[in-house]
Amino acid sequence: MPSTHAPAHRERTTTIPTILARVLFLGAVLAVAAFSVPVMIQLQQWMWLSIVVLATIAIFALYSTKRFVPGKYLFPGTLFLVVFLITPIILTIGYSFTNFGDGTRGTKEQAIDSIVANSVQQSDDSTWYNLSVATQGDPVEGPFTLFLVDPGTGTVYQGDETAPVQEVPSGDVEVTSGFVTDADGYTILDAREVNTAYDTIQQLAVPITDSEAVRIQGANQAFEGSTVLSYDEASDTLTDSRSGEVYSVGTVGDTEYFVNADGERAFSQSWLQGVGLSNYERLFTNAGIAKQFGAAFVWTLVFSIGSVLLTFVVGFALALVLNDERVKGRRLYRSVLLMPYAVPGFISLLVWSNFYNRDFGLINETLGLHLNWMGDPTLAKAAVLLTNLWMGFPYMFIVSTGALQSIPSDVMEAARMDGASRLQTTIKVVTPLLLVAVAPLLVASFAFNFNNFNAIQLLTEGGPFLPGEYTRGGTDILISMIYRIAFGGSGADFGFASAVSVALFALTGVLAAIQFRFTTVLEDVN
Amino acid sequence: MSISTPTPAHSLSPGASQEPSSAPHRMPFARWMSEIGWRHVVAVAAMAFAIFPILFVVSASLNPLGTVSSSGLLPTAFSLTHYQELLRGARGPFLQWYLNTVIVCGVVALVQVFLSTLAAYAFSRFRFTGRRIGLLSLLLVMMFPAILAMIAVYTMLSGLGQVVPFLGLNSLPGYIVVLLGGSLGQVWLIKGFFDTVPKELDEAAIIDGCTHWQVFTKILLPTLTPILATTVLLALVGVLSEFLLGSIFLTADDKKTLAVGLYGLLQGDRSNNLGVFAAGSVMIMIPVIILYQFLQRYIVGGATAGAVKG
Repeated sequence: MPSTHAPAHRERTTTIPTILARVLFLGAVLAVAAFSVPVMIQLQQWMWLSIVVLATIAIFALYSTKRFVPGKYLFPGTLFLVVFLITPIILTIGYSFTNFGDGTRGTKEQAIDSIVANSVQQSDDSTWYNLSVATQGDPVEGPFTLFLVDPGTGTVYQGDETAPVQEVPSGDVEVTSGFVTDADGYTILDAREVNTAYDTIQQLAVPITDSEAVRIQGANQAFEGSTVLSYDEASDTLTDSRSGEVYSVGTVGDTEYFVNADGERAFSQSWLQGVGLSNYERLFTNAGIAKQFGAAFVWTLVFSIGSVLLTFVVGFALALVLNDERVKGRRLYRSVLLMPYAVPGFISLLVWSNFYNRDFGLINETLGLHLNWMGDPTLAKAAVLLTNLWMGFPYMFIVSTGALQSIPSDVMEAARMDGASRLQTTIKVVTPLLLVAVAPLLVASFAFNFNNFNAIQLLTEGGPFLPGEYTRGGTDILISMIYRIAFGGSGADFGFASAVSVALFALTGVLAAIQFRFTTVLEDVN
Repeated sequence: MSISTPTPAHSLSPGASQEPSSAPHRMPFARWMSEIGWRHVVAVAAMAFAIFPILFVVSASLNPLGTVSSSGLLPTAFSLTHYQELLRGARGPFLQWYLNTVIVCGVVALVQVFLSTLAAYAFSRFRFTGRRIGLLSLLLVMMFPAILAMIAVYTMLSGLGQVVPFLGLNSLPGYIVVLLGGSLGQVWLIKGFFDTVPKELDEAAIIDGCTHWQVFTKILLPTLTPILATTVLLALVGVLSEFLLGSIFLTADDKKTLAVGLYGLLQGDRSNNLGVFAAGSVMIMIPVIILYQFLQRYIVGGATAGAVKG
């Protein structure tokens, strides 16, 4: 990798501090790698292991010699980019060929364990526990851990789906009136949170031994019982010891489940499997989804192009109006017009969402209107655009002001001497010059708005929804719709969501390529 | 600039009544109005549009009732209860959120701009194979909406947390490294700045015996310090608004950032928690607005350099 201007044969001075710094740095890298590699092998984190090994090799190759000078500067940022942006993209593409989702997160062994533990039946001599539900993650999504207090002995136990029940040293938890109320490293769910997540919590079965497990009854009770189902590895079947029924592995839809003799799905649990192209087939052949996708695409284009045009026209017009040296107080005007740009976006959006309240919102109240902004799809779209105008016009104003000032004044003087009026000069000379200068920024702004998730999610959450329509709301752009498919309501279907994400990414890429052609960015890279 | 055909006055905005009275008396009023005065009218109308939501936030934060229905543009009563409530920690550890936000935004913005600057230097000053492709694919990759790969990032981070606990889920360092995935986000902008500095300058330095690193630290960085500082500020405000990944990764109350925490507060009860939310917003907005005012000159310069240089 030769550089054009650095004289290649010059002997550069090598000082002792620089060598020392280099040795210390490379030594530190090696130390980190040596510390983390065994841990990663032990935890079977193969992906992180390969990242660490490759990064260490790259660092030594780049920084121990004097070669690859551009690489030395490019490497640090590229490392983060590859690890936290490109790797997830590749993983997402991988997920799009699987059935990854709720109920299919784990391995087949985990699914079997869960099915068996869930078959726990209460018997007359079951032990009952006082239950507290805790989490180290999210109070809605889990994962949940159960804290159990034996009311007879006062002994505290804990366990979750993967970790069997074990006794907890009394110092680690705080027990108030028979219930665990505080535990190190955990958040205890309050009654309301338990209620919200009850459907998930109710499914929990915490194994004690192979044939015994703890299940939940009500919000604060759990019982110990024995399992009815057992797994036979040789025949790969589950057997119900009460009814004698045998369940074997069979395919339902595109996913393998345990099915009964008639081939019907017997348990909701499944495991992570490759499903080929079926997620993509579903996306492109399911008429309902394809139609919603198309409609959302049209509005996404209208929204992003409309936002760019509106903000640019307003910003540019203001820049033109104020770009006259005879106007006093321009500094003050500019300072104030800059302010919306300084307000963090999430605040602006949440505040504006209050303005559209039908009964008390500022807009209806001030203007004496009774418009149902968030209930009518057309009004809601207008509201989204108006808000985006407020958030975006200062940027366009700044950019246009700067670009206007960089247009040489002799160009305008020449036009004026040729007899052009002020208006003609503006339209025929200034505007084209300025458009050339700001075109790349307009493209960037379009690309940003095309996937401007926050603008929709914080303002309207995609709404309003037509009666009976849950996939796409009136203001949903593609990305907010995908977000709802992936994480909304009825069970997360990550495999399908990944397929839609990949489709959206491809779409973004195509649009970007088209724009590159128009703005000649491709030709101009120097 | 010579005076010519007056611009038609029909472009007056509806808010024409608020015309400022400080007219220079050198020309007749009608002519002043048609050439300059209307510009003030438009500017004042635009200012009103720009500032009314900010006024609303300030007034809502001072309104003791704190509900949507009782808040207007001008405060009807003056009370600092919402501020006191937040600072006292009655609605969650607000000061901790503030500190977390300062740490996250500061570290991410600084590292992001620094790494982008390094890469931009290579792209601007060296010619190497893959340079053009690198620049263009960078543009494309940065367009990928990161939240779509959220599931993958979540899985990765929980794996990393098992190896290095302090980098896992629900930890600020973990959240920071995830956001650093956008480390090269400012390369194009900063490369634009570098391209404005004449190459003759570093060629001369190299002839004088400077290494490429010395050219970078002793010549280019000092020249661009103000504009890079502004880029840091712009990046910082960008990170300030990140709430989606934050709301997934940072679930413990004392790990939240302001965006995540305040959003949670408002979501809890949209119509009655407005006052507290507004008070929190004011405490975030004020420092940023003040910084923007100080750096205004550079912000305009920075945005324009990006515009002109692409």
